[in-house]
Amino acid sequence: MRETTSTQDLVRGIWRENPVLIQMLGLCPALAVTNSVANSLAMGGATMFVLCGSSLFISLLKKFIPHEVRISTYILVIATFVTVADMVLEAGFPTLHKALGAFIALIVVNCMILGRQEAFASKRPVGRALLDAVGTGLGFQIALLMMGGVREILGAGTFLEMPLFGPNFEPWVVMILPPGGFLTLGFWLLGLSWYQERRKKAARDQGASQDSNAEGRAA
Amino acid sequence: MSDTTHSRGPADDAAAATGRPETSSLRIILTLGVAGVMAGLLLVFVFQATQPTILAYKAKMLKLAVEEVLQGPDSYLTLYLVDGALTAELLAGSEEDAYEQIYMGLDAAGKVTGIAAAHSRPGFQEHVKVIFGFDPSDGRMMGMKVLESKETPGLGDKIEKDEEFVAQFTRALAPLEAVKKGRGDGDPHQVDIITGATISSRCVVDVINEAYARWNPLVEQMQGATRP
Repeated sequence: MRETTSTQDLVRGIWRENPVLIQMLGLCPALAVTNSVANSLAMGGATMFVLCGSSLFISLLKKFIPHEVRISTYILVIATFVTVADMVLEAGFPTLHKALGAFIALIVVNCMILGRQEAFASKRPVGRALLDAVGTGLGFQIALLMMGGVREILGAGTFLEMPLFGPNFEPWVVMILPPGGFLTLGFWLLGLSWYQERRKKAARDQGASQDSNAEGRAA
Repeated sequence: MSDTTHSRGPADDAAAATGRPETSSLRIILTLGVAGVMAGLLLVFVFQATQPTILAYKAKMLKLAVEEVLQGPDSYLTLYLVDGALTAELLAGSEEDAYEQIYMGLDAAGKVTGIAAAHSRPGFQEHVKVIFGFDPSDGRMMGMKVLESKETPGLGDKIEKDEEFVAQFTRALAPLEAVKKGRGDGDPHQVDIITGATISSRCVVDVINEAYARWNPLVEQMQGATRP
């Protein structure tokens, strides 16, 4: 098992191992409910709550969970937190709850959450598990906002329902419809891998000319 | 998943493969049982804490919708459909949600000003649920509000957002007839449908016609029975 520092636990999920943009996990909510910034925020917040709650509990209880039924126990814990989030959202923010609909309940099957429990929280102390959950949750939130921001600005001409372009703007309705989700995600992934390729190439070129410094800069 | 060290076989092989002692069935059952009970208890607690707020919000939204489509009555009564007839009072102990409901708006003198009913039909995407009010004396529409719809944003959702379309449901006479914009001949039963939202706006008209045909005879029957 590769050892990591606490800072790495926190930061890793935000960018280098971003659940949506790098690991391609949790794509279903990332495509389905990111048609506005408000929905992205709500979905990210609910997922963060579930992720932190389940990581905390599973890390605390890891000694009591028999290996044979660990996945069922994780799912039980996750499902409990999802149901709590569902009810609290419905009571506190009924309009958001209506907009997100079934996708709140579907957080249960977000494999990003189960993945963090199996790969991390069930093997680490509570503090590390929580840091990792917060980092992954933030990474998920950032990815959702990247989707929701682009889709709301282009698809409705607004940001958090504030009009941006004046009355003559014709919204690209397709961006807030399902195809817009695929398009936006596709362009983000394309842009990111282009950027990474370029960085790798730059590092290689540099390595060829000055061997001694290459490793430090590429990292 | 950089932290996954090695894959493990199914539970039966786990002991042999990893040298882990096999867990007794009793312990497995106990763990899952205790976890299930704890989860259940937590959910009961959260449910009890949130349910009053959720129900109060739903009741408030329904009240606002009824008052809107009945043009602000002084008060309104909930009528229940019990054994094929409408009644305002249920037998003690019966669940009010078990019966279909419509709402009767009253003015200060207790005279009936309108009837509001909610109904749904398949629209372009999913069911479109509409609440509407009508005057039972002449079948004139008093208002229409879309309660639930997943119609296409920018096209089908004009049935909620197009003020001109919505305003027609404060004057047209039931049964309604959907006509293309500009093709009507001034008949008060006609409602102009929205270009680009043909299916959705026809759906609203159909919902209202269906519900009107169902509820108006029941309302007349009830009024006939209560009149001296």
